[in-house]
Amino acid sequence: MRATWLICAKDLKARLRDRSAILIGIVVPLGLAFIFNSIFSGISGGSDVISLGVVNADHGAISQQFTSQVLPAVGRSGLIAIHPEASLTQARALAAKGTLFAVIVIPAGFSARVQVGQPASMQVIGNVDDPVSTEVARSIAESFTADLNRIRLSVATVAAGSAQPAGSVPLPPARIQALAAQAAAVAAPVAVSDVSAQTKELNQKSFFAAGMAVFFLFFTVQFGVTSLLEERNDGTLARLLAAPISRASILGAKLLTSFLLGVISMTVLAVATTLLFGATWGNPLGVAVLVVAAILAATGIMALIATLARNAEQAANWQSVVAVILGLLGGTFFPVSQAPGVLSRLTFVAPQAWFLRGLGDLRGGSISVVWVPALAMLGFAAVAGGLAMTRLRRIAEV
Amino acid sequence: MAGQPVLECCGLRRCFGRLVAVDGVGFHIDPGETYGLLGPNGAGKTTSISMIAGLLERDGGEVTVAGEPMTTRSVRAKNAIGYVPQDLAIYPDLSGRENLMFFARLYGMPTSQAKRRTDEVLTLTGLADRAGDQTKQYSGGMKRRLNIGIGLLHQPKLLILDEPTVGVDPQSRNAILESVEGLSGAGMAVLYTTHYMEEAERLCDRIGIIDHGKLIAEGTRDELVSLVGEGDQVRLSATGDLAGAAADLAARSWVRQAKALDGSIDLVVENARGELPAILTEVASVGVIVRSVEVTEPDLEAVFLHLTGRALRD
Repeated sequence: MRATWLICAKDLKARLRDRSAILIGIVVPLGLAFIFNSIFSGISGGSDVISLGVVNADHGAISQQFTSQVLPAVGRSGLIAIHPEASLTQARALAAKGTLFAVIVIPAGFSARVQVGQPASMQVIGNVDDPVSTEVARSIAESFTADLNRIRLSVATVAAGSAQPAGSVPLPPARIQALAAQAAAVAAPVAVSDVSAQTKELNQKSFFAAGMAVFFLFFTVQFGVTSLLEERNDGTLARLLAAPISRASILGAKLLTSFLLGVISMTVLAVATTLLFGATWGNPLGVAVLVVAAILAATGIMALIATLARNAEQAANWQSVVAVILGLLGGTFFPVSQAPGVLSRLTFVAPQAWFLRGLGDLRGGSISVVWVPALAMLGFAAVAGGLAMTRLRRIAEV
Repeated sequence: MAGQPVLECCGLRRCFGRLVAVDGVGFHIDPGETYGLLGPNGAGKTTSISMIAGLLERDGGEVTVAGEPMTTRSVRAKNAIGYVPQDLAIYPDLSGRENLMFFARLYGMPTSQAKRRTDEVLTLTGLADRAGDQTKQYSGGMKRRLNIGIGLLHQPKLLILDEPTVGVDPQSRNAILESVEGLSGAGMAVLYTTHYMEEAERLCDRIGIIDHGKLIAEGTRDELVSLVGEGDQVRLSATGDLAGAAADLAARSWVRQAKALDGSIDLVVENARGELPAILTEVASVGVIVRSVEVTEPDLEAVFLHLTGRALRD
């Protein structure tokens, strides 16, 4: 074990000194997470919470119902913040500044026109650079107007059914209001559905932080196992083999180096993205379990790839290809699980998918939810790592 | 040179597929002795010492180092060996001192002893003033010296040097040869592989000649040369009665052949260096005036040619 630590310490010192591991393990993923986060923040408004402005120029009964009942219900989802604005001019200015992502405008006379059965419309002012928020605002407005239309249709139907032949007196307004109230009472309130599903998804910042971290983890752990091939090419492996230490200690040192590089990289990235970007990784213990399982899986797979190569350069090339393919399949850049057909099922051949799923589950549940994804990743580690160990013994010869 | 041999190996055999790389190689090395394994590239030198150093599994044969059986898993036997591979087996991103400290600790030295030995080896190799520099900044000669220094760190009983002068400039080469001469003088057994005949002649007490995986001859330089069966060649450029002088010399028991040519006498004698005064006295006695003397002794190149029909560097 002493020899294992000595070789591992030597490898870590050399790796940290040549800066390649720091670059791949920390700087690049941190930079990419920042870039992706910035790009997608521009599309979604730069925040996880969509800020919607509401300008109520009507102040009638129906618009009051929208602002006092519907919008608060929407706001309670936690995903949308409603900001009443006094005037359309002010709302436009805030939207132009980016403070508001979209604005719903209820024009003057809206309630009166609805109540007498005349055409009425709500307006949505969106931002061409933020189509998602605009679409959300439009959906809320359309839900409400659809509800109004349903009520109006119900009242009209009742009125038509109770009407006398020609020359008869129309229903009194009080009766119409009573019918509308009855129809509204059975109407489902507008609400954001599937709230539980939302809480089990990583928010954007956390997704890119975790996605980039686990994507580059597969590159970072290469440095440990590939160094065995480098030592063979450079002739230093012969010197290690001639030393009074076991071969297992040499192999163990290489795997330990990979593991520790992975731990350093993931820990620094988790802390840095939390502090710098406000990413929320979840329960630290659960995250630690997932991170350790992911590192072991990455180390096992990368070690196996290294054993198939003839030299360090070839190993690095093959490992990069595998890391990129698994990273894409695992949804580190975009969620493949939402893709149609085989692709959505194929995502789980990648440990990265289990890692991200585990973090998502951890966000919406207790720590116990991490065991399934963790065990899946440990399965990858056991199979790939076991095969790699048998093959690594052959590499550890001059 | 008395006492138990530091290295004993016999019947070493190793195959790579259908190729028999080493076939029945065996020799021993006594304490303080420098043994040269001489052979052309691909003869089986490196494979032999890889088995001796416990780097490579062998298909047959036995190796004992300092009384301990050597296998790829032998810890005690490996502790008795200092191995200097042909390649520069040093870490470029570590300094000279860090390289030495790493290997010193790997050989089980406690930190204080490792530091002391590191300082000693840095001084021995002349690298003390560059100890803190990363070795990728070293010159080729400095790297070579460090490469050898690492093998000396734990003061092994047997130092194995695998062609340490390949690709080395003449100045560094001479420094390496001098340091090896110093080691054997200090009582360390040395196994030195080379395909340079001059190095083997200069350094080695005994030499094994290896070709196509087999040890085809072994002995001291003189013993090997005697295998050739030729004497030393002496050419006297002279004037006078050359034919008469040649006839007189031919009558001597230690002269195998004497021929008078145009302006010279060519002789084949058993010990040219020893008999040269007698030769000069003999020719002077018949009035021959000698202008120059040229002595050519058979060397290991001739031995290899004699044994294999090929030149050593073919």
